[in-house]
Amino acid sequence: MKKVNIMEHELVPEHYLLSEEEEKELLDKLQVTKDSLPKIKRSDPAIKVLEKIYGPIKPGRVIKIVRKSQTSGKFIAYRVVVEE
Amino acid sequence: MIGPEVQKRISSLRFALLSPDEVRKMSAVKVTTADTYDEDGFPLDRGLMDLHMGVIEPGLRCKTCNGKVDECPGHFGHIELAMPVIHVGFVKEIKDILEATCNSCGRIKLKDEELEIYRPVLEKSILNGEESLEALAMSKKIIDEAAQRSVCPHCGAEQYKITLDKPTTFRENGRKLSPKEIRERFERIPDKDLIFLGLNPNTARPEWMILTVLPVPPVNVRPTITLETGERSEDDLTHKLVDIIRINQRLRDSKDSGAPQLIIEDLWELLQYHITTYFDNQTSGLPPARHRSGRPLKTIVQRLKGKEGRFRSNLSGKRVNFSARTVISPEPFLSINEVGIPEEAARELTVPIPVTPFNIEKLREIVRRGPNPKGEKYLPGANYVIKQNEKGLKQRIMIMEKNAEDVANKLEVGWIVERQMMDGDVVLFNRQPSLHRMSMMAHRVRVMKNRTFRFNLAVCPPYNADFDGDEMNLHVLQSEEAKAEARILMAVQEHIRSPRFGGPIIGGVHDHITGLFLLTYKNPLFTKEQVLHILSYVNYDSLPKPVIVDGKEYYRGKDIFSLILPKDLNMEYKAKICDGTGCKECVFDKCPYDAYVMIKNGQLLTGTIDEKSIGAFKGVLLDRISRDYDSVTAAKFIDNFTRLSVGVISYMGFTTGIDDTDIPEETKIQVDEILNDAIESTKAYIDAYQKGILQSLPGKSPEETLEDNIMRVLSDAQKKAGEIASKHLGMENPSVIMARSGARASMLNLSQVAANIGQQAVRGRRINRGYIGRTLPHFKKGELGAYAHGYVRSSYKKGLTPLEYFFHAMGGREGLVDTAVRTSRSGYMQRRLINALEDLKVTENDGLVIDTTDNIIQFAYGEDIIDPTRSKQGKAVDYDAVFSKALGERFFLQIRGGK
Repeated sequence: MKKVNIMEHELVPEHYLLSEEEEKELLDKLQVTKDSLPKIKRSDPAIKVLEKIYGPIKPGRVIKIVRKSQTSGKFIAYRVVVEE
Repeated sequence: MIGPEVQKRISSLRFALLSPDEVRKMSAVKVTTADTYDEDGFPLDRGLMDLHMGVIEPGLRCKTCNGKVDECPGHFGHIELAMPVIHVGFVKEIKDILEATCNSCGRIKLKDEELEIYRPVLEKSILNGEESLEALAMSKKIIDEAAQRSVCPHCGAEQYKITLDKPTTFRENGRKLSPKEIRERFERIPDKDLIFLGLNPNTARPEWMILTVLPVPPVNVRPTITLETGERSEDDLTHKLVDIIRINQRLRDSKDSGAPQLIIEDLWELLQYHITTYFDNQTSGLPPARHRSGRPLKTIVQRLKGKEGRFRSNLSGKRVNFSARTVISPEPFLSINEVGIPEEAARELTVPIPVTPFNIEKLREIVRRGPNPKGEKYLPGANYVIKQNEKGLKQRIMIMEKNAEDVANKLEVGWIVERQMMDGDVVLFNRQPSLHRMSMMAHRVRVMKNRTFRFNLAVCPPYNADFDGDEMNLHVLQSEEAKAEARILMAVQEHIRSPRFGGPIIGGVHDHITGLFLLTYKNPLFTKEQVLHILSYVNYDSLPKPVIVDGKEYYRGKDIFSLILPKDLNMEYKAKICDGTGCKECVFDKCPYDAYVMIKNGQLLTGTIDEKSIGAFKGVLLDRISRDYDSVTAAKFIDNFTRLSVGVISYMGFTTGIDDTDIPEETKIQVDEILNDAIESTKAYIDAYQKGILQSLPGKSPEETLEDNIMRVLSDAQKKAGEIASKHLGMENPSVIMARSGARASMLNLSQVAANIGQQAVRGRRINRGYIGRTLPHFKKGELGAYAHGYVRSSYKKGLTPLEYFFHAMGGREGLVDTAVRTSRSGYMQRRLINALEDLKVTENDGLVIDTTDNIIQFAYGEDIIDPTRSKQGKAVDYDAVFSKALGERFFLQIRGGK
């Protein structure tokens, strides 16, 4: 079977790996700790794709997700990577 | 009441099993007598109403704590069971443990090395009380795996299959396992193995799931009820306990006297039945225990479970004081912010007013009036005064006619007077089902004669209320904080716009729309006398400038309406009566149908005011005023137009009847011709289909194509017949006025009355059910014609044939069933949504949605941080309003030029 890059599918939102500085900036802006962010499993297919680019992504890294929104056009969410 | 000094915070909760020793330790008395009272009505010693278990009769004292009725909290007793009995609540756990453990050595049937890998996670979860789904899944896995082993890996004993005969009989290889045997097996399970079964050995031993001693709840839990006749009747739980003690006693006697095994086993099973039903009287596989009258007993589980159970009816929701409920009726002369309250209710409901140096004289006067002031005009009295002595102790004094004067004179600063309601008090008004926040709003009180709650008709839509017997609830706010909060956040005028769709939900209904239509359509002329009558209820500055016709002064309807518009309002839009048909091109303010509304500087220049302007849900004029001006202005506008419109419609008169739908004979013939043609056309399609020459539509079978064609032909005919009939129903016809202005009904309704009802459908297709191959025995099998599948050719006025009537009822019934199903389903959905969302909040600074533990649920509320209440139909910005404000006249000219 042909391998598909799921990121190219229109229903899969864009995922970006945040750098450590960007993480700090984000948490400062929101005034929260990492554990109150929504989570994403390390086994998530989207993380697997990111890992192909960046190598293994450790739990605790933050992913930025840009998706289409009915109300605001574009919407940015963040998720912290967790083990299982 | 417990004072504030003993507030405590719960840090953790632990669930555990009661051990027999604990049951005995907490027991105040061992109950042995299967009876309650002696002949004198005194509780029997060691009986079920033993005074050690608390008191429910005034005058007696508890033998355990020496407390009186309201002081003694009640104490448990216990019953020593002659033989162990299974607790129904644990049957599943008992089965799991039986299957997972060895029948001879009691170890879990897995090798130690298999087990130990799980220990760290389980210890963390079970011993340290850390919640973990992982641990739950783990012990389940262990039990499943251990149950598979047919030989014990520890002692090598052969293992047998355990089956459960519902509800409480366990069998091993078909042989019955008595509770005693099961208990013995459980005792053999070592503590170190328990953790793998999901039990904490410090709080639960498996053998405790099999009862050897039964706790007897305090009498406060199962009070005796004394009827007026002096007859006593016991609680269902007491009845059940009597049964248990009686059988227990017989079982013990038989056992002691060495009765045959068979008899003992029968009694044992009977005891098991009684104890099972004592816990849950709806156990599947057991006949419910019944009262002498045949009513099933309400035992422990029944008390807690379901909508009428303790949780949903006594803990999540409670009955409250300072509330009233009665039938509602309309009162157009009340403001939307008000609610009319019957005097009877106002006298009963009170507001606590602290006495201060500033109000003491006023309050004295109120107290002096007593609880039942005389006189034609309603004046608030007072029902109670709360006196505060030096020690801060509160004492309630009931005011009666006798002591009113006395209490009034003694009144001191610092006391509290419970004053009866008066005009202006703030109350919450509510109609169930409370589906959105507008179902409960704050109103200001107006005390009135007669015994219904009354409010302005414009407030019907948010409550979804009508006056066919609806009742509503009212709550009187007691504290200043509550009153302030309600006035600011919950007042009706703050809810003119709904967060559901970003438009007005409070607005004109029925007569309001008809009234303003009559006032503004084609700009009728009124004499000064008429105008003064109509405006007598309305707040306005001065009469508009009259126009002179034939030397007489007249006032134009649109000028009268303009009186209540804000002076700086500019708008243009198409009215509801503009149906867009019949005009080649819109001529805007020159509209011959008076359907183009143009408001300049608060003057209605052209157009008709109808549902599109002031209707709840749809009124764009109302929408603009509620958005651009403050809530007070908007509320005043609604008050004014409701009064104005009621003035107009009651002065001019308005009536409707069946003869509104009369059409001339020739038109009837025309309608008949159209319908005949349609029937012929369906016959042609059926013919073509039967000959096999019907051209199928793309993607459809010939059958589907035929159905589509028949449905289309008939609905086209209905439309055409309706149009022809409507031609003879002009804008002077009251039914048409209501339909076209959006007040009530539709042109389709009218054409169904006048011309043709049309095809009936069940599940969106022609009616196809009934007998084999046909809908009714009046037709041939396989007949395809219009009449055989629910076509109703008659009009409502002409009347339906019996067959038509039958099909019409089928279609009508589907509607009823749908609503019934929809309400129950959406109710459940709503309940679950509320439970999931109830404690989420939007942060003030950055619009994050967070839960109570500050977890982020959404990074921006609604992804755009827009309050839907202030949105324009869900859109963040109303561009038209912005442009029209910025460009003024030029904007409207541009729209007209552009299109």
